Amino acid sequence: MRIESEKQLRDYRKKLVDADRKLTKKIMVCHGPGCLASGSEQISEEFTKQLAKKRIAGVTVEAVKKTGCHSFCEKSPLVAIEPAQILYTKVKVKDVAEIIEKSVAGDEVIERLVYHDPHSNEAIATYPDVPFYKYQTRLALRNLGKINACDIDDYIRVGGYDGAAKALLHMTPENVIDEITKSNLRGRGGGGFPAGRKWASCRAVESDVRYVVCNGDEGDPGAFMDRAIMEGDPHTVLEGMVVAAFAVGANDGYIYVREEYPLAVINLQKAIEQAEGLGLLGDNILGTGFSLRIHINRGAGAFVCGESSALMLSVAGNVGEPRAKYVRSVVKGLWDKPTVLNNVETYANVPLIITNGAEWFTSIGAPKNAGTKAFSLVGKVRHTGLIEVPMGTTLRRIVFDIGGGLLKDRPFKGVQTGGPSGGCLAEKHLDLSVDFDTLTTHGSMMGSGGMIVMDDRTCMVDVAKYFLSFLVSESCGKCIPCREGLYQLHKLAIAISEGRGTEQDIEKMERLSEMVVLGSLCGLGKSGPNPFLSTISNFRDEYLAHIRDHRCPAGVCRELITYEINPEKCDGCMACISACAVHAITGRKTKPHVINQELCTKCGACVAACTRDAIAVF
Amino acid sequence: MVTLTINGKVVQAEKGEYLLAVIRRMGIDVPALCHHEAVEPYGGCRLCMVEITKESWNGWKNHVTACLYPAEQDLIVSTHSDTIIELRKSLLDLFLARNPHTPLIQKLAAEHGLTKTTFEVVPEPNDCILCGICTRVCDEMGFSAISMVNRGHGREVAPPLHQPPPACVGCLACAQACPTRYIKYEDNGATRKIWDRTFELLTCEKTGRPTITREFAEYLSEHRDLPKEYFRVNDESHRGELVSTMAAITRWSVTEEKK
Ligand code: SF4
Ligand code: SF4
Ligand code: FES
Repeated sequence: MRIESEKQLRDYRKKLVDADRKLTKKIMVCHGPGCLASGSEQISEEFTKQLAKKRIAGVTVEAVKKTGCHSFCEKSPLVAIEPAQILYTKVKVKDVAEIIEKSVAGDEVIERLVYHDPHSNEAIATYPDVPFYKYQTRLALRNLGKINACDIDDYIRVGGYDGAAKALLHMTPENVIDEITKSNLRGRGGGGFPAGRKWASCRAVESDVRYVVCNGDEGDPGAFMDRAIMEGDPHTVLEGMVVAAFAVGANDGYIYVREEYPLAVINLQKAIEQAEGLGLLGDNILGTGFSLRIHINRGAGAFVCGESSALMLSVAGNVGEPRAKYVRSVVKGLWDKPTVLNNVETYANVPLIITNGAEWFTSIGAPKNAGTKAFSLVGKVRHTGLIEVPMGTTLRRIVFDIGGGLLKDRPFKGVQTGGPSGGCLAEKHLDLSVDFDTLTTHGSMMGSGGMIVMDDRTCMVDVAKYFLSFLVSESCGKCIPCREGLYQLHKLAIAISEGRGTEQDIEKMERLSEMVVLGSLCGLGKSGPNPFLSTISNFRDEYLAHIRDHRCPAGVCRELITYEINPEKCDGCMACISACAVHAITGRKTKPHVINQELCTKCGACVAACTRDAIAVF
Repeated sequence: MVTLTINGKVVQAEKGEYLLAVIRRMGIDVPALCHHEAVEPYGGCRLCMVEITKESWNGWKNHVTACLYPAEQDLIVSTHSDTIIELRKSLLDLFLARNPHTPLIQKLAAEHGLTKTTFEVVPEPNDCILCGICTRVCDEMGFSAISMVNRGHGREVAPPLHQPPPACVGCLACAQACPTRYIKYEDNGATRKIWDRTFELLTCEKTGRPTITREFAEYLSEHRDLPKEYFRVNDESHRGELVSTMAAITRWSVTEEKK
């Protein structure tokens, strides 16, 4: 059937809601990447199998939903019981029977499976009370964990395609652009450019053809917000694109998905087919005469393809290399036609803004930084996973409340934001508001939203070295400042980390960085020196310790550390002796052991093996 | 026509004409290593960067590559501001680390006061400055026999899979256009070797001296509608010119085809 009017959409939804009411319980099994990896597929199968045999009033096999990422990946696999909002963590197949018996057939909470506060060890059963969720505001990620990604009915039931219907049936393209402009929605891909202005300039260009493009490339290591949305809620991306296309007057859209995300491609493809089937995409959408065909492009996965000019060349089937252009892509983009390019998260916000209005959106967030931002929180933090917070939330709240503080309560050192070409913020920045402008002022950036928490055992020279090496290999190599400049920065960082650096090297790196920023052709090169620039400005002491004292304070840089056994603590258990592959440790049972520094390769195996914390790193 | 100011002098330029052309016409020396008349601008070497601003920009400046920036009304360009000079020097410093033995680079660097790189020379340096002129010329000729392979620091010019390129016709355009003469070829009168492929050379009916490769002649007579006899005369002394004639013919016939 096709939906051809607002009334039909409303009736269709009513039917879905009514049908849903008949289910008294729902079992939401997370099928996000983290949970799938820890076996959630077997869990949902087990639920289906057991429910098929059992008879529970109001609960059919339909009650089992394979949802997108619940985001608390640290505790995967996750299962939630609705409508009670019970959250079960680290669920095993053998727990299924008990969950069905107690929480599905009955109303009991299984305490063993719920989240326990790491400090008080108190059991916290429901979503809104788990600190990881408590401080979040989920807009772009609103449907993750709540609906089945591969079922358009689920999306429509929770209000999906309402935004598109409102835009197409009740607004003019100008109205839509106005609303988006007023909402102050800024590009979530990292640039933070106002989406409304982008759409308006694209519409203003004389042209018979225009395009909308969605950047689903997400090359940052460790970042997976866009992936989670494309896999877990593909329709929101499509709906956002329908609204954008209507606003600018485009009839073709492209989603560029990186090769490493096959499930995103599959789910998007399914979503496109379903939406076209219902007349919500394709020809004559909602009977309005407006048409949009959306195509999926699989990117070859080069980091630089996230760069807009490279991405468009890649979509058009050329080598994805940035092009120096002084004509913006809103004027001359894909196939030289006016093109609007936004990322996944940006599009995911669009339907909500249209439905709820610009004012509602600007009421969330910080001044000039309306709305929320999704991050993938990883590193030395207790709770890793996908989060979304209002702009203006402090780093402290993110790291200590949502993230639950540092692993083993080690001292906090810094947090890296904005992906490889982002920067590292220090402890003194913990109370900064996390938004586009503040992060940039302090030498970091929003980027696409990676957030890596670091403790006192992270060496900042090493961090700079790591990200530079990533960028050296991801640079396309077209322009010299990026290709050769980052290469030399990396070499100098290596020299410092090995104790071969001088203070002049720091100056040299600073000057070179300035030139790389000034001279590079595309955004990759222009932000490439950031890992160095932000670490040198916030952690200069650590660089100096490597240079002047030939010491790595964090105990990371191999060339500069020594392992020593503390005879007071060592009880001579010989665990380290068997762990050491090069036989550098000697000693007799119950007598303190010693390390032969000549032989030691500083692999750290002994430290890991010692149960008494007797091996110190200097 | 638009009016703009370059280094304090008011000049006229065709609207949309690239700044580098206007600058060169004025006799101002701005280095440009990846620029070549026969092909589209590329913007890879960054040496031609200049500073631009406008009265109406309220003090806001931008740094752009002159080879790619179109002349605009009221633009104020400076080609040798302090920042730009320092940028060029750093770029040449980086070039020297990559191509320490390349005369072209040594000369340009010396003009900017650099005789040795201040960085670490890369392992196994060679003379390719990765300007992409060869690959662009080859594309322009319609062969695309060679391309840039690998990204990042490992980038190099190479035929597909580092094998003798099947699409190559041995026209030498790449080697002739290469500013550092990095691309080597060998002619022995009867055959030509380039990119590890050996081509048979046709001979000039008048002088008995070699002309062009059989493959190139066949390609041109087939695709460019040139009479077969065209290739029976020698043009060795003007090979450089031949190349540009060919490039021009190629482009001309491509536009004709489109019509
Ligand atoms: S000689 Fe071969 S590689 Fe060089 S331009 Fe001619 S066809 Fe291309
Ligand atoms: S081979 Fe020559 S023309 Fe080709 S990129 Fe290298 S230096 Fe430039
Ligand atoms: S000539 Fe190389 S960037 Fe302009």
